[in-house]
Amino acid sequence: MAGLMAGFGHYTHAIVRGIPASLATEALRTSQAEVDLDKARGEHDAYVQVLRTRLGLEVVELPADEALPDCVFVEDAAVVCGDTALITRPGAESRRGETEAMKEALKDLKMNIVEITDENATLDGGDVLFTGREFFVGLSKRTNQRGAEILADAFKDYAVSTVPVLEGLHLKSFCSMGGPGLIVIGSSDHAQKALKIMQQMSDHRYDKLTVPDDLAANCIYMNLPNKGHVLLHCTTEEFPESVKVFEKLKDHMLIPVSNLEKVKLDGALTCCSVLINKKKPDN
Amino acid sequence: MTTESGSESKQPQENKEAEKSKAAEEQTSPQNQAEKFPAAAGHSTPAKREQEQQGEDQVSHRSSTSRLSKSPLRGVRKVKIMQCKVVLLDGSDYTVDVEKRAKAGVLFNKICDHLNLLEKDYFGITYRDVESQKNWLDPTKELKKQIRTKESNGPWNFAFNVKFYPPDPAQLSEDITRYYLCLQLRDDVVSGRLPCSFATHTVLGSYTVQSELGDYDPEEMGSDYVSELRLAPNQTKELEDKVMELHKSYKGMTPAEAEMHFLENAKKLSMYGVDLHHAKDSEGVEIMLGVCASGLLIYRDKLRINRFAWPKILKISYKRNNFYIKIRPGEFEQFESTIGFKLPNHRAAKRLWKVCVEHHTFFRLVSPEAPQKKFLSLGSKFRYSGRTQAQTRRASSQIIRPAPFFERTSSKRYNMSRSLDGATIAENHDTLMKDSSAKATTIITTVTAEKEEKTEQEDAQKDATEAHEAGATTQEPKRPPHAYTADPLRSELSLPSSPVLSTKVRRRRREGSHKRASSVSPVKGSIGCRRRQAHADRKAALLEEQELLLSARKQRLEQGKRRSGTLFSFSLHLPHLPSILDDDGYITFPDLSEMSFLPECAQNFLPIKSPSLIPCFLFIFFFLLSTSFSVPYALTLSFPLALCLCYLEPKAASLTASIAQGYHDHDSSEEEETDSERTDFAFDGDVTVTESEADEESETQTQDTEPLPEVVKHQTNISELKRSFLETGGSGMPGLTEWEKRLSSSPLRSPRSDEAPMIEPLEPQDTKDGQQSGAERNEEAGPKGTESTPGCVSSSQQVPSGQEKTAVAMETGAVPDKTTGPTPLDSVEAASKDVPVVHTETKTITYEAAEVDTNGDADPGVLLSAQTITSETTSTTTTTHITKTVKGGISETRIEKRIVITGDADIDHDEALAQAIKEAKEQHPDMSVTKVVVHKETEITPEGED
Repeated sequence: MAGLMAGFGHYTHAIVRGIPASLATEALRTSQAEVDLDKARGEHDAYVQVLRTRLGLEVVELPADEALPDCVFVEDAAVVCGDTALITRPGAESRRGETEAMKEALKDLKMNIVEITDENATLDGGDVLFTGREFFVGLSKRTNQRGAEILADAFKDYAVSTVPVLEGLHLKSFCSMGGPGLIVIGSSDHAQKALKIMQQMSDHRYDKLTVPDDLAANCIYMNLPNKGHVLLHCTTEEFPESVKVFEKLKDHMLIPVSNLEKVKLDGALTCCSVLINKKKPDN
Repeated sequence: MTTESGSESKQPQENKEAEKSKAAEEQTSPQNQAEKFPAAAGHSTPAKREQEQQGEDQVSHRSSTSRLSKSPLRGVRKVKIMQCKVVLLDGSDYTVDVEKRAKAGVLFNKICDHLNLLEKDYFGITYRDVESQKNWLDPTKELKKQIRTKESNGPWNFAFNVKFYPPDPAQLSEDITRYYLCLQLRDDVVSGRLPCSFATHTVLGSYTVQSELGDYDPEEMGSDYVSELRLAPNQTKELEDKVMELHKSYKGMTPAEAEMHFLENAKKLSMYGVDLHHAKDSEGVEIMLGVCASGLLIYRDKLRINRFAWPKILKISYKRNNFYIKIRPGEFEQFESTIGFKLPNHRAAKRLWKVCVEHHTFFRLVSPEAPQKKFLSLGSKFRYSGRTQAQTRRASSQIIRPAPFFERTSSKRYNMSRSLDGATIAENHDTLMKDSSAKATTIITTVTAEKEEKTEQEDAQKDATEAHEAGATTQEPKRPPHAYTADPLRSELSLPSSPVLSTKVRRRRREGSHKRASSVSPVKGSIGCRRRQAHADRKAALLEEQELLLSARKQRLEQGKRRSGTLFSFSLHLPHLPSILDDDGYITFPDLSEMSFLPECAQNFLPIKSPSLIPCFLFIFFFLLSTSFSVPYALTLSFPLALCLCYLEPKAASLTASIAQGYHDHDSSEEEETDSERTDFAFDGDVTVTESEADEESETQTQDTEPLPEVVKHQTNISELKRSFLETGGSGMPGLTEWEKRLSSSPLRSPRSDEAPMIEPLEPQDTKDGQQSGAERNEEAGPKGTESTPGCVSSSQQVPSGQEKTAVAMETGAVPDKTTGPTPLDSVEAASKDVPVVHTETKTITYEAAEVDTNGDADPGVLLSAQTITSETTSTTTTTHITKTVKGGISETRIEKRIVITGDADIDHDEALAQAIKEAKEQHPDMSVTKVVVHKETEITPEGED
């Protein structure tokens, strides 16, 4: 039976991209931290390894582009849901070129490609939280109303609600999905406020998992065959308190993934991959 | 899309004959519809007559001659048969004859019978108004009044649609219901009202194909069989191919299964069951308001920008073309806020408001709020009158018929095809698509196409409207007399409580209503019994009333058409106050536009039919004479007063509506002379409609009113009671008349007397108010004081509990039926305070839950709301108070139930009590019973037989 909207967290493919040398110096950042390129690359390799070998996803690795220092953060370039892929129009002008390679990769995967042609629209994938039942789009420095409208048009099945992002770069800078109906949320005021808004806007009930650190709230949930609930989250090194919270999730296979360097560039775990489900969900 | 439009107009003529005979058959066959529309109980022939009668004395507007003269048809008083053409969900037309003055429910039931549909509560009839907007027919109101067309021109046109989309279609009992829901959804999808992705279109389409055509058969079906079907707004070859691909994989799936799958997917769509309305926000930004099962959704373009779940909404109202929602304060907010939206016009605002009221009731409440629950209620507010989802689920779980066989028609074809009853299928999607005309450009073409097709008809409609307008205008002069007779009374009633604001005042007003009640009932009573027996103080009360009346009339005369104030304050005296007055103490007004034109008003002003009118009139007349009024003066006064009294029968509800309407008509004549068609709608006062103040409350509260039929019965019984009393006469007791007794023991009174104490511990200041007015009432009611027991309900029952914990305090009193003393409801304190006529033995036992804390007295908290609901069965009277308080950030809902079991000694009170507790627990599973007070009152001196 074909079932729609079934299988939240089912993924078969992941698209990632290499780290260009320009990342260390030219990539956009909100802080002034120094980035160690080698460490960052090492981290990223480990991340890709987890996806590929540990989780068994088919990883499509796009080559780094020196002209696009932020290109490793592929999440912002596309929003994929079901077999539709919306190629975004990133809010930062320097990043608009990133979508090209992404589009090609998604085309190769036979996704239905939707592109944003509206010059007034901006949308970063990092502002898009898909809960399995609906979308929340953060209205941030990088994403505007028009971008959200286009997203709503691209994914007609789902409700698309907007959430103002008052602090932090993206909506997913302080939240993500930790399971079906489970929102992992940072404990900062703005994060909590955003969660309130999401809860109010939604017809569905969500559980929340509050972690002490906003950045730790960004994790990657998957539901994989033979593995069940899988959660990629921050390491004890980075956020010891938050890890303790994650460890309470008994049903999940917990995989700590280091993100010490990329986080300096506001890159969270979800930022570095676009996850795709190519197999028809059975159910 | 535009190509198929031609067929529709021709089609009905062809099958009219066949349908007619069918309809005739149906008319004579007895059908069981009493369940849903008690008023229209069945439309077998005898019932019909009864209905006819009802219509006559209730809401008919035949009295207005000016109106009658407008149409030659109206002059004839015979039962007129009207042909209705209903577009069914499969696109076919169903033509049926109904009496011209039949209620919409009659038509609805005929359609459901035709469709063999039992779970009908999810469905409704729509009609297109002159603006081509879709409106839902109210089954309790006459068809004629709801459609604004000239009925002499051809059949009335309706459509049968899903009104409430069940959030979980799997819970529907019957496949046939799901089938009709599917048909509706297919249309929603094809018309674009239910947007979905390509993938969803293919999935839904494939299930449609499976259910309509069955298993894929390569020989029979070929390769383009899917293109015949309409599956998506923009159907592409690609989509059809995908549909076929999926279809091939469904081998062996039954139609019912396919439909189930269809629904399981459709229900997840974000716009499933969302009724969209165009609006603008306070800043003039174009938005859409979506009404759905869970609440109100606000969209800007395609984005959801806000959502107000029903529990968040305290009140919905509309005024002119504005629509307002009052929002419960959030966690960290102190005050509730009101959000206003601008609708394109007044009718749109009203339509939205009605849809909200209905959805809220259907999905959120356990049973509808009965508008005419209370004796003097200003019950004309529009309410959803059908069953709620909870009720319909319960009812449909009892369906025991074997799954009916039904043929699935092939719907939504590009080509014409035959439908079930042999009629050619008219493509109804065009019609329905009009809904979305404004939102999607792709559909606009269709709209025009449809317009052409309907031009004739619309012209006719326009004519009708004009005629109607003319009719309405000519009626204007007729109005004042009606209003005049009633208005003085109304203004009179308003006097005791001056128009002030704040909740305090509101409570005061409630007390005022007490007062009113206490002075009214004696009059009634004494009419029936011997005048001489009327107590001196009662006379005084009456005198006072007369005085008020006089001054009011004076006022009325002076002020002429002055609106506001006087009229509205009538409601101040009616017990239904909690919902009439909003939190600010303003009176919120019912939906008057539901009432049609003035003639109704006139009809309602004909309590002349009441058997009590003459006695009333005579009594008042002689009474006035006896109090040294001149004969003419007494005559002048007594008639309106008698009329007024006769009003205070269960019909009060419709009365007040029409009063208000008549009143409103004044307004409109001033303000909207050029647009009198609007008058029935353009009610300018606080037309609002309150949902009960707090949602949770209304939820719990309605649970207590479960035995709806009884409640309704009770309403009608009051007048009967009174009548029977009038016939038998009183027993001549000095204290109370029989009517009074009954009235006072009537549950309808209890809420009022209970109100003050409910408030008492929470808001000391208000208590004073309550007591004061209570005292006033005492004065007025004199030594008997039966009605005046405001402080008598033990406030000790206000046991505060922790967060979300709720107290259900119950009081069970057993009182012999024929008590002549103080009303049973008034319990011990009353008995001790007042001078009882009957000696009773009382016994009070209190059971209290251990964890009860008593800090309530120390920290009264802030009263959010208090409500009282009464329901009655033959031997028990249940009064439920619901108070909501906030104490140190913790909100507490307290439900106090007082159950009076009345009857002879042989009733097993213990069992009744146990039953009551059990019921209370069942009704509020999330609450704990913290206190049970059993108060037994046994009559010692047998007295007062009648």
